[in-house]
Amino acid sequence: MSITIDTSKCTGCGKCIRVCPGTLLYKDKNGKAESRYPRDCWGCTACLKECLYGAVSYFLGADIGGMGSTLHTKRDGHFLHWHIAGAEGEERVITINQKESNKY
Amino acid sequence: MGRGIKLEAEILETDVLIIGGGTAGCYAALTIAGSSGARVIIAEKAHISRSGCLAAGVNALNAYIVKGETPDTYLDYARNDAAGILREDLVYSMAKGLNRVTRNMERLGLVILKDENGEYASRGRRNIKINGENIKTLLADAVESEENIQVLNRVNVVDYIVENGKAVGAYGFSIEKNILYVISSKAVICAAGGAAGLYKPNNPGFSRHKMWYCPFNTGAGYAMGIRAGAEMTTFEMRFIALRCKDTIAPTGTISQGVGAEQINGLGKEYESSYGTPKTSMRLYSTVMENRSGRGPCYLKTEGITEEQEEELLKAYLNMAPAQTLKWIEAGRGPARQNVEIEGTEPYIVGGHTGSGYWVDTERASTIEGLYAAGDVAGGSPQKYVTGCFAEAEIAALSALNHIKGKSGTAICGKRVAEILDGVNTFLGGELPLYSVEELEEAMQKAMDDYAGGISSGYTVNSGKLKLAEERIAQLMELGASLRASDLHGLKLIYELIDRLWVCRVLIKHLEARKETRWHSFHENADYPARDDKNWLKYVNSRFEDGEVKIILRDLVKRDEAYEHNN
Repeated sequence: MSITIDTSKCTGCGKCIRVCPGTLLYKDKNGKAESRYPRDCWGCTACLKECLYGAVSYFLGADIGGMGSTLHTKRDGHFLHWHIAGAEGEERVITINQKESNKY
Repeated sequence: MGRGIKLEAEILETDVLIIGGGTAGCYAALTIAGSSGARVIIAEKAHISRSGCLAAGVNALNAYIVKGETPDTYLDYARNDAAGILREDLVYSMAKGLNRVTRNMERLGLVILKDENGEYASRGRRNIKINGENIKTLLADAVESEENIQVLNRVNVVDYIVENGKAVGAYGFSIEKNILYVISSKAVICAAGGAAGLYKPNNPGFSRHKMWYCPFNTGAGYAMGIRAGAEMTTFEMRFIALRCKDTIAPTGTISQGVGAEQINGLGKEYESSYGTPKTSMRLYSTVMENRSGRGPCYLKTEGITEEQEEELLKAYLNMAPAQTLKWIEAGRGPARQNVEIEGTEPYIVGGHTGSGYWVDTERASTIEGLYAAGDVAGGSPQKYVTGCFAEAEIAALSALNHIKGKSGTAICGKRVAEILDGVNTFLGGELPLYSVEELEEAMQKAMDDYAGGISSGYTVNSGKLKLAEERIAQLMELGASLRASDLHGLKLIYELIDRLWVCRVLIKHLEARKETRWHSFHENADYPARDDKNWLKYVNSRFEDGEVKIILRDLVKRDEAYEHNN
């Protein structure tokens, strides 16, 4: 269970570092975010939701069935868009209106 | 020891110190700020905006008194689920606060589904539907807007400061700066959460932290209390969750949301053949089906509509995104594939079962000036998120009452120097042969093999528990020799030591209850039957003179105001 950080998109703003409940993220020598302890990630995705630049993606470890897809978010007011990118490049977006309750 | 860092002491002083800025800790702080001018410090290991159990969000409020129900019927439900071993006074007083705290959360911005009459839409008899993805950030924003609350983020609290039998503060180190905070206070509220990572987890490899409970809740609150001699209760009632395989995502949203039943590998519904449905029986029946060769077990979702599937994908994004990712990645969602389920490793968590501090009706622990709320507080299962809020409110008001007219105790320089030396010991000298990680694995393996983990079908017996006790004692010795080269490493050492203390007490509790009251949660092969004649009692413990001593206590009833007497 872990995340990857696209250093070309990361601005080094430090928001993901701040919110990680395991304090697993630090700045690398170039001032970009890095996950220093990938095996300790809970998979809460707080860091993804905090990133305004879509630089942080989350993936399933192969040990729990991961096949190379990644997940990242984009925020637009109270709409949160979850982008799921498949290993072959296909993408699916699920949008959640945060002002609406879950049905279940 | 390359860097050879050393911590320096910084002394702080406040009225109420709250340890842990999660569900209960934030709510306790807000209660104090809303009803007094008292100063509060919250010491939080991560950052309150997303720390603790609510980091990913929550999908429903599982404890609410819906129309037609009452706090009495809530208590009846909890009593039945715990097979009689709960503190009725605690559950009842918590249940009476559930709807009030829910309204307060709505005022803070929590989105709650309403029906056509403007009332909260219920899911079953005790649940209401929300969008809880941002529940923790709502709480944190409210805390940060209060002038009298100071939040110390990135501070790992190590121990209470107890003088003349009274809690007069606590100390902890920053994991960012080389500072040891020594905090004196007139009262302390412990809200540090439960304990994960005691047992070998479902996914022991790369995804070792893909677990149900927050893996960063490492039992510090329990361990501090144990070391200080506070009485603990009901550790033997472990919590084991029934979860979606691999992702360890919740199953309730599927089973209650789309009415999916549990079926075995032969496609047959099995839960009903194991008697009355209870939290522990849903798990136990699954364990037994697998053991009988009828696994794997599933939630039967095949055939749900596309619309239902879409709603499930969204619901999981709001609390356990791994499950949605898994469905999409597999190319088959729940409408076309049943969801495989499994039991997790055991946790100690007082928000679900009865484990934790032995408190009086006011939530005071057996140490004067020390209060407990949320997952660390025992005797009150089925709290969930709203119950933790309600309990935090009670603890906060009790702590305020306690500090009236009191002045703080200054911590003397000699004591500060001793504390500093104790923590700095872990930052000096040669790195030992074993790493924290290796000792953690050894602990989890010993608990798995000998104290009823997944691989032993959650079952214990006295011979195996003896071996567990010996191994944990050895690991505690090795733990004392650990050394860290940075502050993150220092945090990991303390997290391991705290979990070893919790294991030590847990093993004693598992051994002490000589019956089997809750299948799987406490499956005692030496005493496989429930024994109401002898065991309608609380199993409590206290660490005294270097030993964990077991104390049996009589049940406390609903309308009693329980006080600590002996």
